[in-house]
Amino acid sequence: MSWLETLRTGWSAVRSHGLRSALTVLGILIGIAAVILTVGLGLGTQKDVSAQISSLGSNLLIVTPGSSTGTDGVRGGFGSAATLTRADAEALASRTNAPDVSAVAPEKSTSASLEANDTNWTTTVTGTTADWLDVRSRELENGTFLTAADDTDRANVIVLGSETATELFGTTRVVGQSVTIGDDDYQVIGVLAAEGASGSEDLDDLALVPLSTASEQLVGGNARSSVSTIYVQAASTDQLSAANQETTTLLLNLHGITATDSADFTVSSQDALVSTATAVYRTLTVLLTGIAALSLLVGGIGVMNIMLVSVTERTREIGLRKALGAPPWAIRRQFLVEASVLGLAGGVIGAGLGIVAAHVLPGLLDTSIVVSGAAVAGSVVVAVGIGLVFGVYPATRAARLTPIDALRSE
Amino acid sequence: MADLFDAFASTGTVLAEHGSPVIELVGARKTYRTGSIEFEALRGIDLRIEQGEYVAIMGPSGSGKSTLMNIIGCLDTLTEGDYRLAGDDIAELDEIDLAQIRNLRIGFVFQQFHLLPALSAWRNVELPLMYRQVPVGERRARAAAALERVGLGDRVANRPGELSGGQQQRVAVARALVGEPDLLLADEPTGNLDSQSTADVLGLLDELHQQGRTIVLITHELEVAQHARRIVWVRDGLIQSDEVIDR
Repeated sequence: MSWLETLRTGWSAVRSHGLRSALTVLGILIGIAAVILTVGLGLGTQKDVSAQISSLGSNLLIVTPGSSTGTDGVRGGFGSAATLTRADAEALASRTNAPDVSAVAPEKSTSASLEANDTNWTTTVTGTTADWLDVRSRELENGTFLTAADDTDRANVIVLGSETATELFGTTRVVGQSVTIGDDDYQVIGVLAAEGASGSEDLDDLALVPLSTASEQLVGGNARSSVSTIYVQAASTDQLSAANQETTTLLLNLHGITATDSADFTVSSQDALVSTATAVYRTLTVLLTGIAALSLLVGGIGVMNIMLVSVTERTREIGLRKALGAPPWAIRRQFLVEASVLGLAGGVIGAGLGIVAAHVLPGLLDTSIVVSGAAVAGSVVVAVGIGLVFGVYPATRAARLTPIDALRSE
Repeated sequence: MADLFDAFASTGTVLAEHGSPVIELVGARKTYRTGSIEFEALRGIDLRIEQGEYVAIMGPSGSGKSTLMNIIGCLDTLTEGDYRLAGDDIAELDEIDLAQIRNLRIGFVFQQFHLLPALSAWRNVELPLMYRQVPVGERRARAAAALERVGLGDRVANRPGELSGGQQQRVAVARALVGEPDLLLADEPTGNLDSQSTADVLGLLDELHQQGRTIVLITHELEVAQHARRIVWVRDGLIQSDEVIDR
């Protein structure tokens, strides 16, 4: 009996018990769809996270203030201190102090209401320097960015995010227009190219002004010279750890701190963020895939169960086939093929379902699911494998029946 | 594999045509063991059946006639003694060899027909050819010819459930014939049939005998056995009588 015929016989046997086969296939199908989805979800999340983090710019170190200790000895939360200053940023920018640092962008942010032609829009206004654009890997859609001269002159100029510009003016071609913050008018000199959202932070809804302008006109008070974050760009990826070392040493010196443990700032790198996030999501993916695989195992036991029923039901058929000259291996192959057909059907339908779900679910759940070809192909192979493995015992039992006993069974 | 089958087939046919007996049992003994209890089903049987004979084997239940039929049909092997089928010694073959021998040398007709309900008459009949790698086209043609031969040329596409008992048994006869076996072995072929269908099937066997087929019929009904040309009575594992019927 040729393979094609064995396959056809297997298929007709599967089809002749439609409901029973469908339920068995369902067990495999759910497992396969679940595996494809969990793997896809894991890959999608990892992709999102790395895209998010790399959108901050590569070779980047982020310096944030440490916690503050009040006069009563109560420590405030992380980042609550105003320990980083403009002077720190300027020191870091010096090539002599930190040769591995290529650019520095301090940030000082506040929330403010922007007004233009009777339109009101509240957004984050950040004071920064000319290097920001490069350090944060952003591009301009039109106009120019802040310059060092703007900072020196404490100029009333502003660069808008694309969404902010659209909210205020209905368009992003707004260079030369005027925006009012508080009592001061700012001239729009540029609009950033759209970037999309990064986690909770909307990268397109923001406004940038020179750091000196922000200090004098927007924040004021004691905190005038402090900055909330300093972005430090290393000259290359290889120089990242050297830049990290230099930044830490320099800031410790500037702040007059001798013990590294009591530093009043934190330097974190992209690498650390990426690897932490990746590790977390990998663990989650493995866990979920494990659960999905477990459901595949249960599906496989279903296949074995139904194949044993099938062997018992068809004892007479087996006996007849043997009497007509079917050798044991032909009987074994017939039942193995039947079990594989069940597995294959479950695998193919499950993969189809998984792919459909992977296209529908992201819209509903706001996550991305990456369907990898390897996962789909692998799942189908695994499904057939499960049919085969769990079919071995029933098929061997069928092959071992003696024709006399099998023919006589009622 | 196919070549091997063909080699077997041709050797067998040639030997049979040159006058070897189709069946030759010498001192055949079969002992069944259940735990420590031994039961001798066959206690030394000598039997020769020549090419073209039509033999009925009769006997009460427990006589050993079913065991004898299993041995002749190569469904079981002897404990002691020799069995040659169409010249080849098959007393001590293993399961795989026995399967080949059954496929090539023997056509079975059973009391319960044993047709596969999901398959059409055509596909039921071609089953023996499938197990010897005959190509589809040839297989179909031979199955159709066999069905034509038993008078069911117009029922090739019907499933067993759509046929009467007599027609089903004729499909089974066609299946037994399709592989051109040396021996047609019918085990109570009319046991489940009404008198009209019984007459049909026995008439068919008569015709096949006239065309030179070797037929062994196992039955407990004398009426049926009388269609044969020779009746072998079995009792307590031994041949009690062996008589040729004159017509």
